[in-house]
Amino acid sequence: MSRTLYTLRIPSSTRYLQTVRRFVERHARAAGLSEEAIERLKLAVDEACTNIIKHAYKGRSDRPIDVAVLLEPDRFIVRIRDQGESFDPTRYRAPDLRTLIRKRQGGGLGVRLIRQLMDEVTYRSRGPYNEVQLIKYLTPSDTALPPSASA
Amino acid sequence: MSNFSVGFRQHNGVQILDLHGELDAHTAPELEAALQKCLQNGQYNILINGRDLDYISSAGLGVFMAYVEEIREKGGDLKIAELKPGVYNVFDLLGFPLLFDILPSEAEALERFARGERPMLPSS
Repeated sequence: MSRTLYTLRIPSSTRYLQTVRRFVERHARAAGLSEEAIERLKLAVDEACTNIIKHAYKGRSDRPIDVAVLLEPDRFIVRIRDQGESFDPTRYRAPDLRTLIRKRQGGGLGVRLIRQLMDEVTYRSRGPYNEVQLIKYLTPSDTALPPSASA
Repeated sequence: MSNFSVGFRQHNGVQILDLHGELDAHTAPELEAALQKCLQNGQYNILINGRDLDYISSAGLGVFMAYVEEIREKGGDLKIAELKPGVYNVFDLLGFPLLFDILPSEAEALERFARGERPMLPSS
């Protein structure tokens, strides 16, 4: 079965995080996902793009981030591509909240949060591209509206 | 143009910060500036009111994490009240309720300040 696909390209600046959240929210709602699933997807895409801006592009604000939403029969996927430094998820260790507070540090929780929010997360590097896929499985409560019946 | 703002109020020696809008990596520096202003003014009893806070990402939570230790060292606390359910869920997912006073109402948070109660960071 073919995928429904929408794409958005933003520059790597935090000022566009709101734009990305609105984009994902609009398409997740049109696909009939529950409000809880929509909130989870918005937060996960925000965290993933924030990490790309800070780490893959080291704060440069003029590099491209390509976001795509794909609707498959059993899942809603947000695919995010960048051309910065790649992230190795096998080397990530979720930091302990108490340790961060003692060190007066606020960062490092985004990857942990993404994993908690999504049903599946995949990372891969292909040539100059890094790609992360944020995957939310569709449940019967998500499919109240058929995709064709909405915007 | 920002979709986030901070309002300042005082009540019985407690500095209340009213957060409005969406707190993400773009707007978190505004919250940081507000907390720095409190510390510069010697205000260490700080209550965050989230009644009008519609969204938070880990960048926003990170600001609380970075400042709470200094605030507690000065004898104060950073308490959080009136979060919307969706925003509270994000605090909860990351384990914040164990380390921060998060209360349903502003009145309850003010009572805790009046009694001088605050959570202690458990030793690990």
